[in-house]
Amino acid sequence: MANVADAKNLSSEDKEILEKFLKANQLFHGPDQEIMNNHGLCPRSEEEERILSVEFDPHMANLCRGRILAALDESHTMVEQMGVAPGAKWGDIVTTIFTANGDMASTGTHGLVAFASVVGYPIRFINKYWVDDSSVGVHDGDAFIHNDSRYGNIHNTDQSMMMPVFWDGKLVCWVSSTIHEGENGAIEPGGMPSIAESKFDEGLKMCPFKVASNDELRRDIVTFLQNSVRDPKLQLADMKVKLHVAIRLRKRIHSIIEEFGVDSLIGTLRKSLEDTDAMVKERIKEIPNGTYRINTFLDSTLRENLLSKVPMRVTIKDGQMTWNFNGAAPQYTNRSINSVGASFKTCLATGLTLYVWPDLPKNQAAFAPIDVEFDENSLLNSSVDAPNAMSLLAIFRAFSLPALTLAKAQYCMPKRFTAISAPSYNQPATFVYGGLTQHSEITGNFCADINGNGTGGRENKDGEHALSPVFGYMADTGEMELAEEELPFVRLVSQKLAKDRVGFGKYRSGQGYEQIATVRQSSEFGFMSGQCGAKFSTAPGLFGGYSCPSYPLAKIKNINILETLAKNPEQFDFDMVELMNAQKIPGGKYSTQGAMNFEFCNEGEIYMICQGAGGGYGDVLDRAPEMVIKDIEDGLLSQETALRMYKVAFNPDNLVLDLEETENLRQEERQARIKRGIPYDEFVQSWVKDKPPEGVPYAGSWGDDDSLLYVNAPGVPPRSIQAGSEGVMLANPKDLRISSLEQEVAQLKQQLGAN
Amino acid sequence: MHANMTEYLRINLDTEMWECRNCDNELISARDNYKRGLLVHDRPPHEIHQPLLDPEKYEYTFCPDPSYMAILEFCCPYCGTMIEVEYTVPGHAPVHDMEPDIDDLKKKVAGWGDVPEKPQIPDVEIPRHVHQH
Repeated sequence: MANVADAKNLSSEDKEILEKFLKANQLFHGPDQEIMNNHGLCPRSEEEERILSVEFDPHMANLCRGRILAALDESHTMVEQMGVAPGAKWGDIVTTIFTANGDMASTGTHGLVAFASVVGYPIRFINKYWVDDSSVGVHDGDAFIHNDSRYGNIHNTDQSMMMPVFWDGKLVCWVSSTIHEGENGAIEPGGMPSIAESKFDEGLKMCPFKVASNDELRRDIVTFLQNSVRDPKLQLADMKVKLHVAIRLRKRIHSIIEEFGVDSLIGTLRKSLEDTDAMVKERIKEIPNGTYRINTFLDSTLRENLLSKVPMRVTIKDGQMTWNFNGAAPQYTNRSINSVGASFKTCLATGLTLYVWPDLPKNQAAFAPIDVEFDENSLLNSSVDAPNAMSLLAIFRAFSLPALTLAKAQYCMPKRFTAISAPSYNQPATFVYGGLTQHSEITGNFCADINGNGTGGRENKDGEHALSPVFGYMADTGEMELAEEELPFVRLVSQKLAKDRVGFGKYRSGQGYEQIATVRQSSEFGFMSGQCGAKFSTAPGLFGGYSCPSYPLAKIKNINILETLAKNPEQFDFDMVELMNAQKIPGGKYSTQGAMNFEFCNEGEIYMICQGAGGGYGDVLDRAPEMVIKDIEDGLLSQETALRMYKVAFNPDNLVLDLEETENLRQEERQARIKRGIPYDEFVQSWVKDKPPEGVPYAGSWGDDDSLLYVNAPGVPPRSIQAGSEGVMLANPKDLRISSLEQEVAQLKQQLGAN
Repeated sequence: MHANMTEYLRINLDTEMWECRNCDNELISARDNYKRGLLVHDRPPHEIHQPLLDPEKYEYTFCPDPSYMAILEFCCPYCGTMIEVEYTVPGHAPVHDMEPDIDDLKKKVAGWGDVPEKPQIPDVEIPRHVHQH
């Protein structure tokens, strides 16, 4: 359009007519990269400039801010109390206020910052495209819905309702309510499809559109949306919830305006952003210049084992901080684990505000001063054509990487804003479910156990068990009894902390929990589990601490544990390891795996997964022996592992410590380390290879060169591509399996023929 | 003048050397990669994350796959303190994780004055509720 409009032979009047015509007749309002690539603050609007160019009363701003926070907290509680989705009940929600331009100005004290930050993008889209469009428009009493990540979202299982707030006929701000809804009509139930091969397999992809006028939902549109998902009851109920929460928020905002004046509201929102922006810039200036790096690796695409590199390089130079992700794995054009760059950035922002500077106000400016660099067509910054419904695999790294790199940049500082910590477990390990319930209703959703991750060891204490999701706080793991009332599955083991599964260190991580589930009273119900980390540990340790272990999913098919419990209860152990190793239930088909695509679970079959632990902090030999004994007493650590990892001597019968012998053992271990260690240069010369190992599926840069990506994908010859140049299409694992079996059959036929 | 850079590493800004905070020995120039002053060991993953499920029966056991993942242990050559552990892909170059600008660090530390051995961080002890059954 610009090329045509810039044509030199057109008069300015003709150009204006042409531009107006083209704007009114744009073929498709797709994701707008000008909006999506900008995580900074909008320039001051004329109103904001007028208000803030003269003295702005900070006491008034403080009063306004308090009222806004109270309104946001009230609306958050409303969603929790009324929301129908499991995610709503257990805290995967947020209510938010934005400036009229769409800058995310504040969440309440609760709620997910990542959810809030992404909604700024669709609001900017609405401002740009729908305000002046006579067929849409933005009016008092309107509400807009959206869920498509390519217009700004984490993934399309989350739905947001956005409402403009007017005063005296002018748009003064926006409010929103977001819920992880779950079901969205994707190829697998539950809203987080692991087998989606294109964006068209991922269910509802709602660009921002109007669903309510005059505070009333458009029933024809609601019906269309209900008709597109497996759980129409949920879709309607939570649209109502989000609309009425937005209406309540608007009412509170009107009250603030009535009391303090509209200029106070607009000024407070903008001033809060600008003050935060200034504060963050000051903090960056305080950090010594330097470059800090980390490499992490995902081990699965949810359809095949494949290592995908996720690196981060932080550069701090004279008050400017740049976060660079060049050299990450390329996007997979037919896998759902890609992330939109804007989504990844909002999760980086969350990582910063949760684990580095948790005292900052929860608004967009906390991250605005930081520059972010990606390759195009990257796993972390995928194109609009790549599927992204399970972006969580890559995105969950975004919550860990800032704290890991900035720990090394900021450790030297005399004052910090929180304790340095190894990361929390960072994969979405939970049951996603779907099918026919005992009430003869079709449903699909996920369990809130995603919120039960262990946190990392800290510089001054151990991590916490099953505390929170890596992406938020104050979220709960759900009441299993409530879920069992509505759903045909039973937790045989609900939330069990198991032995020897932490990130070991001077301060160990907190642990996730184990759960064992089965299905009853349904012949059509099943599970999916969409996490990686069964081959490569996901949550790194810090400063000599170890990572969490790898986590398998385990299952026992071809049994009915409900009958076993009735007739032979002694065959059941309330423990995944015992069940799988002893194999006491006869006839069972026992297996383990990494990620699991959706499959039916027959009544009484057993599925087992674990929430993960965080990383450990510091040298295991520095762990206080008393803390080791306490872990044994608490059932978190076996005596064998206590001796093997921590080198602690004790009486096995009464756990009385032998401190002298402990010190001897630890000295021996330190000497053993020195004996088995190789000088770095010598080690690198013999150990480092010039390309990824053959036979190990791998994608991403290798070594220090981040411009070349190696792609060793299953079933195709290894190759390399320029970073940013293209995505990678992967073979269907079933096709590869069929091909392998066909070859086997051919060989057997040949052998039989030869005989 | 010095700066504590990690739990176990310090930079002596007068000598411009990385030092071990446990034994005070010099490791390598502060303008170099500190890992070059350490010993490395490629630790088999099962020695840290022992298989909890029977590896004779199952492929996935809670123990990482050694063909996918290596554990590199970096320890002080003088006292054996574990200074860093890196989980990486076998054969991948260890990451140069810390590259501080020594000249700027000197300016910052001089500006901070006496650097306390323990930094000031907010910390609130929360009484724990413990279930007693």
